Amino acid sequence: MGRLTDNIKLDTTEMRAAYCEALIDEAKKNKNIVVVDADVSHSVGTEPFYREFPERSINCGIMEAHAIGMSAGMSETGLVPFFHAFGVFATRRAFDQIFLSCAYQKLNVKIIGADPGVTAATNGGTHMPFEDIGLMRLVPGAVIIEPADVTMYKSAVSYMANNYGVHYLRTSRRKTMRIYEDGAEFVIGKANKLADGKDVCIIASGIMVYEALKAADILSEKGISARVLDMHTIKPLDTEAVQAAAKECGAIVTAENHNVTGGLGSAVCEALSEGTPVPAERVGVKESFGEVGTQDFLQKRFGLTADGIVAAALKCISRK
Amino acid sequence: MDKKTTMKAAADIRKLCIEELAAAGYGHIGGSMSICDILAVLYTDILDIDPKNPKKPDRDYLVLSKGHCGPALYATLAYKGYFDKEQLKTLNQGGTSLPSHCDRLKTTGIDISTGSLGQGLSLGTGVAMGKKIQGIPGRVFVIVGDGELQEGQNWEAVQFIAHKGLSNIVIIVDNNRRQLDGYTKDICQTFDYKAKFESFGLHTFVADGHNVTDIYDKLTTAIKTGPAAVIMNTEKGHGCKFSEIPGFNHYMVISKEMADEAIAEVDRRLEASYGQID
Repeated sequence: MGRLTDNIKLDTTEMRAAYCEALIDEAKKNKNIVVVDADVSHSVGTEPFYREFPERSINCGIMEAHAIGMSAGMSETGLVPFFHAFGVFATRRAFDQIFLSCAYQKLNVKIIGADPGVTAATNGGTHMPFEDIGLMRLVPGAVIIEPADVTMYKSAVSYMANNYGVHYLRTSRRKTMRIYEDGAEFVIGKANKLADGKDVCIIASGIMVYEALKAADILSEKGISARVLDMHTIKPLDTEAVQAAAKECGAIVTAENHNVTGGLGSAVCEALSEGTPVPAERVGVKESFGEVGTQDFLQKRFGLTADGIVAAALKCISRK
Repeated sequence: MDKKTTMKAAADIRKLCIEELAAAGYGHIGGSMSICDILAVLYTDILDIDPKNPKKPDRDYLVLSKGHCGPALYATLAYKGYFDKEQLKTLNQGGTSLPSHCDRLKTTGIDISTGSLGQGLSLGTGVAMGKKIQGIPGRVFVIVGDGELQEGQNWEAVQFIAHKGLSNIVIIVDNNRRQLDGYTKDICQTFDYKAKFESFGLHTFVADGHNVTDIYDKLTTAIKTGPAAVIMNTEKGHGCKFSEIPGFNHYMVISKEMADEAIAEVDRRLEASYGQID
């Protein structure tokens, strides 16, 4: 399991650099890995792969639908394509291609959606996916991963490279808070317990993991013991961890950089209602489109903050 | 190629397809009939395939992007021995291995699932790229409908094929000039497809899609020239009177009596064609 670093602070390594390094490591072991881009290789950070493996790098230009379909066709011949685009275009724009060209025919395509939610920042509403997890959850068999920091890539990319199927990874491409110590390893499909507690459990993914840890500290000052789970795999959801949290904490707060409809909060609440129904509150975007701003501004704008999680936790505990 | 043999194959495929659709009682007769001669040439004279080893990696691939015409391809696969001809009578029945639209997971010999129009060409392009990157022999033939070319994704794929100079893929357009709601010219203006493909940088040929010799000549030339498209001029519903109507023939109810009459018609026409060759 991944262990917390002693000193959580903004990383010196960009997420995209860590991703590409992990992908190159896998590609050195597996000659079938290919990179497919749709004119954002510079943005998503795959350029080092092009230098290392030019014969295995394909930039299609601005044609996500074709790029996804072509990736599916390549996988039929044994290749393992990793397709990259901004999350909105990687999923929403090419949804039918993901659904029918990839998943319906059980082909082997890896989809990387950059700039999830508010991390799209000043690219604004057109580029800000609050719905990508919801869409991908509807694709039968798809795996959905959202890493919290750079250390998680090794496990995530290794899983994607070595397991067959349609996998979606949503990720910020810039520097993010370093949560885990070097060498931390993760099991895809198993939540990572970052703090134990008995009064409430905060289940978070991506950038919200850091906010969840801060919220737990604030709650601790109020005498409330909060468990924190990094639910880096949204599908398949670690329902065992959710049921255990429900039984042992009796109140659940989810925190996601996504619409609360269809995302992590929905997935957790579905698991709770079918297993151990306890009060739950969902922190996330509610019935809104994205807009421009810094990530900090947008996190406050949409309530994606430690304070937002604390408020939700207090409300949730009061409903016990 | 032996013209008579391929013409006989086309007639046999057409008859199997009519029987198959009649067993279901209905189906996509128009677009299925228009591609029977093209399929006969591909499966008799062009494709490097082995019905006993349908997944051999170095095979030629056939992607029927206009997936609703699966019944014609199923008839062809049964004719080639991929599965028993009796199986054709299960078309569209619950639990069948022959669903209305092509499904690679259900039907032996189907390389790629299709049905959402506009996606097959990208899938075929991916197979061609995969073969090229890994040095795997074999070519890819993708059949698209002329109505289907209204889907923009096709033109993304054509740009890509031209830019990469992909020479192991051939686009085949079933130019039957009609789509579900009527004539393409009335729904969204038809284009000079030859000029359009050429403007993208593809070598483009035009064939009579019901003349097996012309189909064979243009396909074999296209394979040698590099990125290529062949426009097959066809008639929707071609081959039997009941489906060669100017009205709606995309999808028709087909009785046993209609099928029997149509099959006799196919035989009569084949005999007449032999006479013209002789």
